[in-house]
Amino acid sequence: MKLKFPAIVAAGMMAAAPAMADLVVPNLSYRTGAYGANGTQYADGFNDYFTLLNERDGGIGGEKVQVPECETAYNTEKGVECYEATKGSGALVYNPLSTGITYQLIPKVAVDKIPLYTPGYGRTSAKNGKVFEWVFNAPANYWDGASVAIKHLLDENGGDLSGKKIALVYHNSAYGKEPIRTLEELSKKHGFTFTALPIDPPGQEQKSQWLQIRRDKPDYVLMWGWGVMNQAAIQEAANIRFPMENFIGTYWSGSEVDVTPVGAGADGYKALTFHGVGMDYPIYADLKQHVIDPGKASQGGQHVGSVLYSRGLYAALVISEAIRKAQEISGTSQITPEQLRDGFEQLDITPARLEELGLPDFGPEIKMTCANHGGNGMVRVQQWDAGAKKWNLISDFIEPDQEVLDPLIAEDSEAYAKEAGITPRDC
Amino acid sequence: MIYREAGDFKTSYRSDGQTFPIRLDRWGYYVVVAIAFGIIPFVINDYWASAVLVPFLIYAIAAMGLNILTGYAGQVSLGTGGFMAVGAYSVYKLMTAFPEVSIVIHILLAGGITAAVGVLFGLPSLRIKGFYLAVATLAAQFFLVWLFNKVPWFYNYSASGQINSPTRTVMDIAVTGPTTSAAAKYLVCLCFAFALAWVARNLTRGTLGRKWMAIRDMDIAAEIIGVNPLTAKLSAFAVSSFFVGIAGALLFSVYLGAAEVGEAFGINKSFLILFMIIIGGLGSIFGSFAGAAFLVLLPVLLKNVLVGQLGWPTDLAAHIELMIVGALIILFLIVEPHGLARLWALTKEKLRLWPFPH
Repeated sequence: MKLKFPAIVAAGMMAAAPAMADLVVPNLSYRTGAYGANGTQYADGFNDYFTLLNERDGGIGGEKVQVPECETAYNTEKGVECYEATKGSGALVYNPLSTGITYQLIPKVAVDKIPLYTPGYGRTSAKNGKVFEWVFNAPANYWDGASVAIKHLLDENGGDLSGKKIALVYHNSAYGKEPIRTLEELSKKHGFTFTALPIDPPGQEQKSQWLQIRRDKPDYVLMWGWGVMNQAAIQEAANIRFPMENFIGTYWSGSEVDVTPVGAGADGYKALTFHGVGMDYPIYADLKQHVIDPGKASQGGQHVGSVLYSRGLYAALVISEAIRKAQEISGTSQITPEQLRDGFEQLDITPARLEELGLPDFGPEIKMTCANHGGNGMVRVQQWDAGAKKWNLISDFIEPDQEVLDPLIAEDSEAYAKEAGITPRDC
Repeated sequence: MIYREAGDFKTSYRSDGQTFPIRLDRWGYYVVVAIAFGIIPFVINDYWASAVLVPFLIYAIAAMGLNILTGYAGQVSLGTGGFMAVGAYSVYKLMTAFPEVSIVIHILLAGGITAAVGVLFGLPSLRIKGFYLAVATLAAQFFLVWLFNKVPWFYNYSASGQINSPTRTVMDIAVTGPTTSAAAKYLVCLCFAFALAWVARNLTRGTLGRKWMAIRDMDIAAEIIGVNPLTAKLSAFAVSSFFVGIAGALLFSVYLGAAEVGEAFGINKSFLILFMIIIGGLGSIFGSFAGAAFLVLLPVLLKNVLVGQLGWPTDLAAHIELMIVGALIILFLIVEPHGLARLWALTKEKLRLWPFPH
């Protein structure tokens, strides 16, 4: 009796490992907590793309893909637990959708030799593949986003922002602080005044920050928010009658769940994105036929076609293309994480390939090399139409200001290399 | 029957006053210590270390710290998360500034710095008590988190405000940083937990502990019989913060490896540790361990059973898990308001007589 209970506990503590034969891509998702509304949609898109590959093509290169899910609740401690629980199962790549968890995993994946793919989030300087051998963040990162937002404003103002006031409301965490350094540099270059207003997570309470915005009257407001903070900020902006077309959110502040609660007040709100929006792509016909109609969609397919669903789908697409590339290079369908890393490094998703995959003009060309793990950083701007309840793309892919970003990335990655004792690779 | 004292004679005050006066208890304790030090390090893997045992030991240290302050000295504190942050940031600054000094010394120094900060924030306790003191420590929590967010010096001016623990070794074995083996992580936390539990046990049954308990039970009476409330209360804050600071330092450097203050050391952490000592048992070292085990291990256990074995969707399991843990907390508090430690003591009482209760 006394031994039985510990034995049951011990059995329960062991994480159930999936069968070893398949390709395993764990989905560290979050469907609960203050960020659950956003995390759910992303996780659904991620799952559904792999389900589509399994159902339509029988997997990748004849190998089925398993996507075991693990709930992190956007919490770093649970993220570590999920990582440790799944890494023994032959996990090929991690995509935790959390900058905090990414920071935690960056040193770990280098030791365990598993790639980490963080599209549009994570540590920006991971773009430097010489230092961050195992981390990939193509097609775009935070600093690309900050730079493109400023470029968009430059376009609107005839190339001159001097004397303008730009404020940043940000999630007071590693994620929200990322763009500050870039925006400071850009303010020096273009002569605008920059102020940063932190909002403590989760961010329902931001009255005082918006009072300050009302008093300071900045010309433009940028936002680095996530979860409930987005809705609250857009609502507050609508309350103080801040002109919505002068309010630009980052990739993670521009989904349907962020703007719909505000109703008509959110009309004209802009956000950045690194992929297309909507369901006018041929892939949705396949998804309907193989995944949604047979009832195999993740969580019943209630979020199909939303911005974050598309983003999860896109992340899965890049991972599956990297797996394909790795299979091609290594000549085996049962690849290892190390072979997948090489696949990522030689990945080239051309516009023609995207069209083949059923997503023409969906994302920028992704071309990674040994030194460049971040692609070219092309970003688009989208705008919310509250009447039609849809996002419209209002710009083409804009290239960020690499002249400003490259030295910043070099500086930050060198600082990391020094701190962690890494000798940068020759590329 | 199973659990009896017959034939277990005490012939000296020393043997009567020992921590485990019953032979079976003592043996149980030796067996647990022998397994913890002698067997687990050889069989432990990354999952067991990082997801189960290391967080359990670290939270047990923090719970002991808070138990000294709240359970023994009767001073309610909601600033535990903030004090853990002091430990974490101190060890970060120390390990990056003096990389050649042993990490064990840095962790102890971080505890010392936290003790100093704890005494500073303990000063109001000389004037205010109860709920008012809780609010004063709550202010400490928010102030400290704000401070570590605001002043870039604390996070060495990194772009994101994150702190990362570099690799540091003890006798050439890495105990922090990504290359640390599961056994090293576990052993360093176990050594700290074991040593601190021993210190806590002996402090609380000595003069200092009796002074704390006198203050807790009735401060005016304690003052009349000659307990100086200034030294008693401030020493409780100092010792408690020392423990909590070490827990924070270990949490950051050994367990997480990277941390950001708002997320890792927010108000939720203060409440979590307060719940641990309430569920475990106020004024009990064993209770600190039991409470930490309950709140760290139960969610992991439920998650693995519900998702891993029953195959439930992860979000449903996460919600059910919250409900089950919440319901169990309420159940425990109704059935035994003095916590798991008291429940354990009652079980022992019953087992002594079993199966002949009369």
